[in-house]
Amino acid sequence: MKAIYMDHSATTPVDPEVLQAMMPYFNEIYGNSSSAHSQGQMAHQALEQAREQVAALIGATPVEIIFTAGGTEADNQAILGFMTHDRQKKGKHLITSSIEHHAVLHSCEYLSKHGFELTILPVNEAGQIEPDTLKAALRPDTALVSIMHANNEIGTIQDIKTLAAISHEAGAVFHTDAVQSTGKIPVDVKELGIDMLSASAHKLYGPKGIGCLYVKKGVTVGSYLHGGAHERNLRAGTVNVPGAVGFGKAAELAQQQMSQNIVHLKDLSLRLTKGILDTIPNSRLTGHPVDRLPGSVSMVFDYVEGESILLMLDSYGIMASSGSACTSGSLDPSHVLLAIGLPHETAHGSLRLTMGKSNTLEEVEQVLTVLPDIIAKLRVMSPLGH
Amino acid sequence: MAYSKKVMDHFMNPRNVGKIDQASGVGEVGNPVCGDIMHIEIEVKDDIINDIKFQTFGCAAAIATSSMVTEMVKGKTLEEAEKITNRAVAEALDGLPPVKMHCSNLAADALHEAIINYRQGQGGVAEVAKGCCQEQPETNCVKITE
Ligand SMILES: Cc1ncc(COP(=O)(O)O)c(C=O)c1O
Ligand code: FES
Repeated sequence: MKAIYMDHSATTPVDPEVLQAMMPYFNEIYGNSSSAHSQGQMAHQALEQAREQVAALIGATPVEIIFTAGGTEADNQAILGFMTHDRQKKGKHLITSSIEHHAVLHSCEYLSKHGFELTILPVNEAGQIEPDTLKAALRPDTALVSIMHANNEIGTIQDIKTLAAISHEAGAVFHTDAVQSTGKIPVDVKELGIDMLSASAHKLYGPKGIGCLYVKKGVTVGSYLHGGAHERNLRAGTVNVPGAVGFGKAAELAQQQMSQNIVHLKDLSLRLTKGILDTIPNSRLTGHPVDRLPGSVSMVFDYVEGESILLMLDSYGIMASSGSACTSGSLDPSHVLLAIGLPHETAHGSLRLTMGKSNTLEEVEQVLTVLPDIIAKLRVMSPLGH
Repeated sequence: MAYSKKVMDHFMNPRNVGKIDQASGVGEVGNPVCGDIMHIEIEVKDDIINDIKFQTFGCAAAIATSSMVTEMVKGKTLEEAEKITNRAVAEALDGLPPVKMHCSNLAADALHEAIINYRQGQGGVAEVAKGCCQEQPETNCVKITE
């Protein structure tokens, strides 16, 4: 039985070409990119090439890219680094949404416990922030608005261009967590009109532990990790050169393959969604029906619990994820599913299948042959719905 | 989530799933921690649990503990069944991951509720009415009810 991996929103495998590009930077060109000698300079060159590749993917210029140790750090720096910077004179108020990744949500909540004021915007049942909701929340002292581009659980894509424009009208800086969208759908910082953006390599077939924060020229963000003068004094710490090289290569490949991947993934998602809705009663798609990540199929099944679904799927070699309380470790259901208005017990039955470029239609059909039986088996065991 | 082989066996092949026609006692408890529900029905004759069935809305640990508890008390006297603790069920499954210890509350509690329900029908005295957490205050349950 060949394993079927459908958890690409959690992470992706490193593309063989990316791995190959990284290899020399572990023990052949191993210099510290800050060193003056030739080892250091070779590493430095590779780092700067990677910066160009990443910048090209999002329509930025290389000096606007700060390499970080992943999406979480980029989000922390965008929020904490920006709000606590001396030159941030606008005020102590910031706005985010109720469906953000915890990297954003917890950073904002941390600030709200330390003298800042936070507004968390609700979303509609498709998971989108209504422009009017943002308009009403903006204040003269709102310094920052942070709203994610695409959601990791339900796949919903926001109208970032509109939300950024509204924020700018009120004089606020706009940050977007684009960890799930970068490399999957077109992301152009100029076109979207944003000031800061977070991305992470491991969601686009690059390595884990490397990401970036884009900061538009003219926007001042403080450093978040304090120490040496790396990354133009904005991110201390010896730069992860092999990681950055991998991120750069992954960005380049993502750009080349994007349109073909989108067509392929939309095909798979359409078939999978329709197949599930047609064969499994009391099932629903969560998130926006159209404005969603091309490979993301997020469902809820009444009367059953997500972890049970995952373990049964795993016994058939199918790997997916769930926002159920029982899978969360914290024993609360996903805040995203609650934010789109699902009752606790419905959120309990959530299943997220996120496909990537190597998934096939045969794999989708394989999921469709086992999933209805799994749900049926669990429903027989359930005291609900009879 | 590392589950023991026994948990996976009871989860994948649960024993005694379903309902009993004309059950002599029925118990149902909800888990305040994660929102799960367990339903147990027993058939009692001469103080012996002749038959027992369960239905559970919950995670693999909840399903496995439900299945295990039914196996442990089938054929036992009511007195023996009343003595079954959540801990004993978890131990019979070769343990549960710490974050899943609360799931075992469901099974023993639903069983005890079913016995109370039977005794009430029999004119007996209800004595056991443990809710989740009271027996194992060290579990996650406490945090959530704060
Ligand atoms: C939307 C979103 N933001 C941030 C992150 C965190 O990124 P990283 O895992 O690189 O820290 C993730 C993924 O885990 C994500 O999906
Ligand atoms: S019953 Fe929900 S975590 Fe086990």
